[in-house]
Amino acid sequence: MLEVRNLAAGYPGRTVLEGVTLAVRPGRVLALLGPNGCGKSTLLRTMPGLLPPLGGEILLDGRPLGDYSPRQAAQRVAYLPQSRTAPSITARRMVLHGRFPYLSYPRRYRREDHDAVDRALAAADALDLEDRPLPELSGGQRQKVYLAMALAQETETVLMDEPTTYLDIRHQLETLALVRRLAAEGRGVALVLHDLCLALASADDVAVLGEGRLLALGGPEEIYQGGILARAMGISLERTAGPEGWRYACRLPEEE
Amino acid sequence: MKDSRISSTRTKYVLPALGALAGLSALLSLCLGAVSLAPGEVLGALLGTGSGPAAQIVLYARVPRTCGCLLAGASLAMSGTVIQGVLGNPLAAPNVIGVNAGAGLCTALCAALWPAWTAALPFAAFLGALGGVLLVLAIGARTGASKMTLVLAGVAVSGMFSAGIDAVLAFFPDALNGYTDFRVGGVANLSMSRVAPAFWVILAASFLALSLAGEMDVLLLGEEAARSLGLPARRLRLVLLALAAALAGAAVSFAGLLGFVGLIAPHMARRLAGEDSSARLLLAAALGGAALLTLCDILARTLFAPYELPAGVALSLLGGPFFLWLLLRQRRGGGRGHA
Repeated sequence: MLEVRNLAAGYPGRTVLEGVTLAVRPGRVLALLGPNGCGKSTLLRTMPGLLPPLGGEILLDGRPLGDYSPRQAAQRVAYLPQSRTAPSITARRMVLHGRFPYLSYPRRYRREDHDAVDRALAAADALDLEDRPLPELSGGQRQKVYLAMALAQETETVLMDEPTTYLDIRHQLETLALVRRLAAEGRGVALVLHDLCLALASADDVAVLGEGRLLALGGPEEIYQGGILARAMGISLERTAGPEGWRYACRLPEEE
Repeated sequence: MKDSRISSTRTKYVLPALGALAGLSALLSLCLGAVSLAPGEVLGALLGTGSGPAAQIVLYARVPRTCGCLLAGASLAMSGTVIQGVLGNPLAAPNVIGVNAGAGLCTALCAALWPAWTAALPFAAFLGALGGVLLVLAIGARTGASKMTLVLAGVAVSGMFSAGIDAVLAFFPDALNGYTDFRVGGVANLSMSRVAPAFWVILAASFLALSLAGEMDVLLLGEEAARSLGLPARRLRLVLLALAAALAGAAVSFAGLLGFVGLIAPHMARRLAGEDSSARLLLAAALGGAALLTLCDILARTLFAPYELPAGVALSLLGGPFFLWLLLRQRRGGGRGHA
């Protein structure tokens, strides 16, 4: 389990977030929500140690993250960045790189690594893409490959920065269905999402960030009832009962 | 093997084909020149059964020259491949970003101050090359490191180092005696004793570079992705650039400021071998670079026989237009790969 206690995140000389305490629990999906520039991505990058924390603690399975070597940490936490480059390699090769933390010098990919890649490609529904060069793939297909790479890493915790951005609605739903499956397998997933309705409908826990801190942390129901999310985003948020649970709708607030 | 599924059939034959090309160009290089020899004579000389002037020519002129070509071509090409990959800049190459000039300056200095220490030349060249790399890198980091900035910084740094070489030669006109073509790069008048120290440096550096090929693959995904996979990206980048500096420096220490092999060969290799595996890419670049430089040297010494041009002249005539083409393609935004 990856957790942060009283974390301050940001860049040297510019603290973006302070006093954040939350955990990515196994079997649960945590959505990080908040307006642009509130520090969602900064927090997500600080949690696996890609940005040095400005204060507070990061604990991985109860021990400080610093106790782990970068390789050991990468065997426990996968991180899917927001900016996804497309080097001129095949999809399979890309996914194979997810096995990197398990290899020691000099790196030779083993049978079990290829098996893990096959499983990851299948789980991300990307088996048919494996021989295609990455630059030729569409945004949605590339996203599947990136997801497969994170899956091949076989970590208990998966962090995703805006995994649904630039995807059409079908791919967005597919991505979130995959996220739910990961949680069902017992992994902990934290993701930054822009679509509040999607987030409230599919996350187990919601963290609302804003004003340089963690405004609220709780289940979608609690967050919705508290009205904090709507205030943080500067919108009005409503819901109606649908056949498969609540349906959320956002709109601009009424002029007062 | 799953790996065979990844590599298309075309890329599978690239390495043997390039190896054959390098071998063929080496054979041609042994046979052709001011005096043309039959392959039989060459073989006889190599096996120690030949005698007379033919054997003399082969053993004391052609063999060192051919070895020098293969070695310098291969190591500059690998250096260029590493530099282009690590900097993510298809315009970068050892001659472009000031690595060669830095190595040249230190080679000239070392040859001027300690003329007896020929074995130290590759190490001096390595220090100069490393200095060049780090200087350009620092300038790039300060100015935001756009691809063009890095190239321009390299031009400036190369200019300064070249002036340094000229200054050394002004004070010690005999320092580079025997390096007839140092400024443009060439492999005439090489002796095995000058190639040998560089050979060991190149062997060690290319072995290390190949062993880090897996790391290089991951580094090409971008720094953030690489670090999230547990790769110490910054440290690795420095290690790889140091290896590139060692490779380029060792080549410069005996062949002078050869341009453009380090630029052309990696691009050829990427086209032919694909970018899936840095190990294959490095090997393809090495073989291609060896063949390219050897062929350029053959052209340079046979085209106007009995007059010989330095290999660097032929190479620059080829490489200059190629570099311009790359520049134009960059401007149009058609840069492939790690753009």
